[in-house]
Amino acid sequence: MTELAKKRPEFRNINALVDLPTYRLPAAGFVSILHRISGLVMFLLLPLLVWMFDTSVSSEISFAKFKAAFNVGVGFVPGIVVQLVALVLIWAYLHHLIAGVRHIYMDARHAVSKEFGKSSAVVTLVLSLGLTAALGAKLFGLY
Amino acid sequence: MSVNYGSKRIVVGAHYGLRDWLAQRVTGALITLFTLVVLSQVLFTSGEIGYDKWAGIFSGQCMKALTFSIFIALTYHVWVGVRDIWMDYVKPVGVRLVLQVFTLVWLVSCLGWAIQVLWRL
Repeated sequence: MTELAKKRPEFRNINALVDLPTYRLPAAGFVSILHRISGLVMFLLLPLLVWMFDTSVSSEISFAKFKAAFNVGVGFVPGIVVQLVALVLIWAYLHHLIAGVRHIYMDARHAVSKEFGKSSAVVTLVLSLGLTAALGAKLFGLY
Repeated sequence: MSVNYGSKRIVVGAHYGLRDWLAQRVTGALITLFTLVVLSQVLFTSGEIGYDKWAGIFSGQCMKALTFSIFIALTYHVWVGVRDIWMDYVKPVGVRLVLQVFTLVWLVSCLGWAIQVLWRL
């Protein structure tokens, strides 16, 4: 056996805590893992979304309670926490939707190339973060 | 539905065909279109949106029926997506089964609540 063959690197299962933080992902990699994270976040916060739907459409009184949740809070949860959670939900929905449209576009157009993967991923990140900033500013009453 | 139960199929698995892949895209597209419908109603409403205008968007029978289908589509979409997460990261069959059952109970509970809210409008 040659010296070269002996030094061949050996790949085993990676350790999530040790190895993952050292990985440098390309833009498409960030879009992919954030697609998954945003989906899981929305799944876990689904009861909150239904609660928001319930209080906002059920009656005038519950609508007032819904609006107040963002200012003075609801129950033991202060308004700022409700606002921040809403901001997370806004980002998660926007990112998931735009990344999903990117998926469908790629599937429909067979637009699978290294260049398009990168440029569309950058567009996804810029759009989702930009729209989140715009809607977040509205949420926090900046305009 | 399928008769071909190969030796590698497991009870907490999936991805044995085109169905989930297509369903995920169809439901996703429906949710996107629904988002645009609701969003356009919000954007093209003149004046501040109070309770009447907001609840009015969902109160028509057509919109209720549409919203109902979207709730179903969303539930199926989340089921496929979250199950994929468990399948990728959770390998013990027993733990995965517990998580899948939790996911279904969580989803169906939310769906029931949302439908109740919708149909008493």
